[in-house]
Amino acid sequence: MKKTSGMIDRLLFYTLVPSFFIALYLIFIWSPVEKVMGETQKIFYFHVGSAWVAFLAFGVVGYYSVRVLIKPRIQHHINAGISAEIGVLFTTITLITGMIWGKSSWNTWWTWEPRLATTLILWFIYVAYLFVRKMDGSNEKIARLSAVFGIVGVINVPIVFMAIRWWNTKLHPVVFGEGKNQSGGGIEPDMLVALLFSVFTITLLYIFLMRKGIEIEKMRHIVKKAKSKAIEKLAG
Amino acid sequence: MMSILKDAWIIASKDLSNEIKTKQTIGMMVIFSSLVVLIFSFAFDPTNNMVKAVIPGLVWLITVFSGILGLNRSFLSEHENDALTGLRSAPIDPSSIYLGKVLANFLLVTAVQLVSIPVLFLLFDYRFFGKISWFFLVVVIGTLGFIIVGTFLAALSANAKNSEMLLPVLLLPLLSPLMIAAVQATRIVLENETIGDAVSWLRLMSAYDLLFLAACFFLFEFIMEGS
Amino acid sequence: MKELGNMLELRNMTKTLGDKLVLRNITLTLEKGEILAVIGPNGAGKSTFFKCTVGLLQPTSGEIYLNGKLVKKNSAEMKQRIGFLGHESFLYNNLSPLENLKFYGKLYKVKDLETKANELLKEVGLYLFRDIPIRSFSRGMMQRLAIARVLLPDPEILMLDEPHTGLDQEAVALLNTIILKKRESGTSILIISHDFEQVQALADRAAVLRKGKIVSAKRLGGEVSMAELKQWYEAEVKGT
Repeated sequence: MKKTSGMIDRLLFYTLVPSFFIALYLIFIWSPVEKVMGETQKIFYFHVGSAWVAFLAFGVVGYYSVRVLIKPRIQHHINAGISAEIGVLFTTITLITGMIWGKSSWNTWWTWEPRLATTLILWFIYVAYLFVRKMDGSNEKIARLSAVFGIVGVINVPIVFMAIRWWNTKLHPVVFGEGKNQSGGGIEPDMLVALLFSVFTITLLYIFLMRKGIEIEKMRHIVKKAKSKAIEKLAG
Repeated sequence: MMSILKDAWIIASKDLSNEIKTKQTIGMMVIFSSLVVLIFSFAFDPTNNMVKAVIPGLVWLITVFSGILGLNRSFLSEHENDALTGLRSAPIDPSSIYLGKVLANFLLVTAVQLVSIPVLFLLFDYRFFGKISWFFLVVVIGTLGFIIVGTFLAALSANAKNSEMLLPVLLLPLLSPLMIAAVQATRIVLENETIGDAVSWLRLMSAYDLLFLAACFFLFEFIMEGS
Repeated sequence: MKELGNMLELRNMTKTLGDKLVLRNITLTLEKGEILAVIGPNGAGKSTFFKCTVGLLQPTSGEIYLNGKLVKKNSAEMKQRIGFLGHESFLYNNLSPLENLKFYGKLYKVKDLETKANELLKEVGLYLFRDIPIRSFSRGMMQRLAIARVLLPDPEILMLDEPHTGLDQEAVALLNTIILKKRESGTSILIISHDFEQVQALADRAAVLRKGKIVSAKRLGGEVSMAELKQWYEAEVKGT
């Protein structure tokens, strides 16, 4: 069991490193420079990739939250927490790249573009979720309370998106034409390949970080258990 | 189901009669929301015409700010003498505790609004042109959603030592879609624009209310399970 | 005490909190009209044991039978029949004794609430203070009112978590009379206590809880002397 898990880790690592270089090559050298945006358009590949992972990670939090409530196991609780921590990282990256994008294309650091604004609120929900996890109390209780908050948070995200979208229908840089009256600018096939590959690579990075994070958290739990056992023994 | 509602009413009426007797929370809430209005009238000069644009937002700001004060109290008061455990060991459904608290908090916040919103209009010299019935509808549905989520998170954060600080941090991001809808609907109603636009916002708010009422009603049991 | 059937029966009740096994395979019966004392050192899991029995916590495994019937999760019927006196009073400081009793009485669907609440207040000696908010009450008065709250719905099982702590002599005597009177009328009583004097005076049977296990039970019934009880307890706790 331990051996196969190590194998998977190594396999992931050895796919991750070359994929990263390939992705960088595809983004910066292989794919054409966008006519209007110029070089700044390159940030788009990272932006979309991390945005996708940010929302995926939150979905994972929701999934494990439900599982915590169905069957309270420390494993699910750990998984949800690590996913949230990585989610904060990628949400932050999405926000920063989104702001740089906004500055160069609309000459403003912040726009209430629905997806970007939803990401901002997602960031706040993530941080609130991590605050709930930092409450003091028994592990069991924290697991339950944070799971409850995680579920409510996941329910909230699509509503936030809808509300912001209705609220502000001005700036819609929809690249893939979707929905009504949202005819996007379209995308060149070469760009699409680079985009898909970078999304794939960043997802791989997420899985890799997840596995490492869970491992570390598990070790932390083992150490904590050993500590409390030692204290118990010393106290008689 | 009937017994859940009945138990909820018993709990709500306990809270309300307690509040009527002491008038502590409601007094604080009224004063606080008036102070917020006062501070805002310094921030945006009320004689300026532009200020009319911020009125819809202010209606909800004072509601949420003063409401959070009341929400914090609503479960902390149950932790005195550990009365919450007493409720949990009583032969009632845990959801009735939630419904009772929602009911009590809703009536409390509505009572505060009855004072604070007129004060807002008065201090900002706002002349009301819209349809009053639509305005009431928007305020009631928006406040209900705020209380549904707020009561739930107040119960959740009451487990923490720093619950007063935790509650707004948890609550405000979850309220954001409701607040967007409520402010927009209020603006449309107050400026007497086409009601049709307000209706679609009202629909969003009602959907939010129903969805979260169902989710919180179901999940409340997990908050109450103690250890 | 003659055996009148089992009022409450716990079978193989186990509870884990996190990774810790707090209760291990607790099997215990409480007969009708019996006073059973559960004693044990700090951290033995007494409070957890109580919470699981009352239904505030879900046992990880094991069954609870009430009157020979299996109790389901979160059963209102179970809660209706158990009167739980905890560490805290569960009372509202802003309300008067009468209001507190009426509130809980409504939740327990007590019939003829007004007269019953007044009677109970007379019994615990708080009738004169019935309309004063209990904020100013002393610990003893609080505990008396808490007892009245527990007795209000006429529970068939009384569960008392260290009821004698912080009470003066008079209040202890009052509490003991009430407990003994309740036993006469067929109520089963489960007491957690540190107080050997009270255990010896009240309990028909005592059980020692150590490290989440019932290690031993002994019939008392007033015939066992204080020294004997202490000796037995110490031997059991040391695990010899």
